[in-house]
Amino acid sequence: MVLRSTCRTIGDISVLDISGKITLGEGSATLRRNIRELVDGGQRKIVLNLEDVDYIDSSGIGELVAAHSLVEGVQGELKLLKLTRRVRDILQITRLFTIFDVQNDEAAALRNFR
Amino acid sequence: MATTQRFEIVLETVIESVDRAELVVKRFAEASGFDEDEVHRIGMAVREGTINAYNYGNRQDRRKKILLVLELEERREDTRMVVRLVDEGTGFDLSDIPDPLAEENLLRTSGRGIFLIRAFMDDFSVQRGSNGGAEVIMTKKLPPSVHERRRPH
Repeated sequence: MVLRSTCRTIGDISVLDISGKITLGEGSATLRRNIRELVDGGQRKIVLNLEDVDYIDSSGIGELVAAHSLVEGVQGELKLLKLTRRVRDILQITRLFTIFDVQNDEAAALRNFR
Repeated sequence: MATTQRFEIVLETVIESVDRAELVVKRFAEASGFDEDEVHRIGMAVREGTINAYNYGNRQDRRKKILLVLELEERREDTRMVVRLVDEGTGFDLSDIPDPLAEENLLRTSGRGIFLIRAFMDDFSVQRGSNGGAEVIMTKKLPPSVHERRRPH
């Protein structure tokens, strides 16, 4: 399944609902483009809802890291929401689970921005 | 030791080959008796190996090929799936690969492929292929209970 994303805005927070696979090629490129568009548009509070992402490879992980660095670089905040088991496992074994702000509940994620 | 099954495929150096390699190996792994989680891990490992062959070995050169060989080796003590990926690059040294878990490398956007292969497979090694490229070899053992069921009694 190709990666699909839709964006919701709640106040000054952008929630990117993503479904499919974040993998080498179109999936990673779509995510990269979406994040870049949000940041270029002035968004500084971004939630990536990964509830419907059940697969990520090293390229996808690279895009999440790049997104994190891009948003942090403009003094913004990026949160990952509702990781599936497989995505969580990958982030844990690559030690990236401690880098990202991972949330299990959307309401809590929205409340916890600085 | 007996090789009970062997499957070989030559992949084009195109991005679509990454998905294709993963699909082929997952079908082979499933038919060999691995469970769903193990099939997923094996698929991911081969995916990462193919990405490396595509990006770093063959440098996305469409004139080059990637050889994928799948074997199921039955021994008395275990049954193992052996995957070989051979590219047409210039080879690489594992000691040159930075540790992606090192603090200074955590925020790098690449460099995790080999780490993931090692995490998901039982054994992993790299040698120089007969053509000078890299030959990556990774193995995964069937669970003992599945191995026992396969053995002739």
